[in-house]
Amino acid sequence: MSESTQSTERTAPIRVLIAKPGLDGHDRGAKVLVRALRDAGFEVVYTGLFQTPEMIANAALQEDVDVIGLSILSGAHQALFPRIMDELRAKSIKALVVAGGTIPDEDVEPLKALGVAAVFGPGTPFQAVIDFLHENAPFRVDEL
Amino acid sequence: MGLLARVGAGDLAALARLATYVENQEPLGLEAIERLYASTGRALTIGLTGPPGAGKSTLIDGLISTWRERGLRVGVIAIDPTSPLSGGATLGDRIRMRERPDDAGVFVRSMASRGRRGGLAPATAAMIHLLDAAGFDRVLVETVGVGQEEVEITRFVHLTVLLQIPGSGDGIQALKAGLLELADIYVVNKSDLPGADLLARELSGIAALSSSLDPKGEDAVPVVRVSAVNGDGIVNLVDAIERIGVRRRDASNLDRIARAELVAVMTESIRTRVEAATNRADIDRLVREVADRRQTPRRAAEEMLAALSR
Repeated sequence: MSESTQSTERTAPIRVLIAKPGLDGHDRGAKVLVRALRDAGFEVVYTGLFQTPEMIANAALQEDVDVIGLSILSGAHQALFPRIMDELRAKSIKALVVAGGTIPDEDVEPLKALGVAAVFGPGTPFQAVIDFLHENAPFRVDEL
Repeated sequence: MGLLARVGAGDLAALARLATYVENQEPLGLEAIERLYASTGRALTIGLTGPPGAGKSTLIDGLISTWRERGLRVGVIAIDPTSPLSGGATLGDRIRMRERPDDAGVFVRSMASRGRRGGLAPATAAMIHLLDAAGFDRVLVETVGVGQEEVEITRFVHLTVLLQIPGSGDGIQALKAGLLELADIYVVNKSDLPGADLLARELSGIAALSSSLDPKGEDAVPVVRVSAVNGDGIVNLVDAIERIGVRRRDASNLDRIARAELVAVMTESIRTRVEAATNRADIDRLVREVADRRQTPRRAAEEMLAALSR
């Protein structure tokens, strides 16, 4: 540890990346969530549509986000999420990963087994997402 | 390995992590700049400003590509506004810039303005130093979408590019004081749209007039027409930036930037210290007294400042 002391509590807004993986052109839900999180005091980076796993990992890495929210309505989550989680692991990205969109109940456990911390289906109240992020966003410690 | 050593080895993940500490002005970030500052001063720093929707982010994507073709590493700081209501922010500049996961020569970082006015974020200057120290040859700062008076960016970079788009006003707008006086390059973006010729002519006219009135006989500010979406004119813009960049790294400009940052840091640290030295109850009492007309705002402020010397 250097002579400067590491803060022991969060002093700045939680940074969140909202990403739209794959060929899914519907981002109304993602945009509404971006707005809700902004209004709850988060700093939200939005990537736009049609992101590959590599692009999502690159944005998460450079923006050093605490949370990655994957919004998907195309049904391709089982194909894309393992690749995204692999990319994040390969880049040692420690962010909390959550997902939302149209994901059938039976797919939730397999996604959690991949490392997705929570899956927020249609109708989830924003406050539930906000509370989950406040409770689970990782607090990271580094050395100079 | 610690963050500094990793940044020195070109690790962008470590740079991103360190950028968070710098942005948050945490002890670790402040200490990092203490250690890195001596090795800064190599990058050419460029401000990019203009009204919301002028195409700043899209243009940056083109600038990145052109500089990369020339073998230069590019760091980008893209600032978006913080909500004065919630303290949150939507950082959407990245949408317009392609992700370049395989290129370690490009680093793009979004920052929220976090209550700072003038189109910048509180730690903008420190973030410029960080990217400079990390070996980026060109460091671009995209401001919040601005109006006429947000000239702050011009104080912290070697040169400033001002984006304008057709249809945003007549020649009188260009006579007004503010950003137009301080920009080093005028860009007419969306130059395929109607009105681009007129805008370019008006800006050229302003540039020629300013130059003829300038006691130091500075060259007229160049007007570059581009279309950020299809890439037209971007090479010309890069050439203009490079040409002017050489001139803007002389001693007088380096002094100008150092002075601006010194004043900014001092102002900020006085503010922080006054806030730290004044307790909540004292502030509430002073607010009450000013609201009740028992004390003038100036006297109340003097009392807060006096807390510094107690």
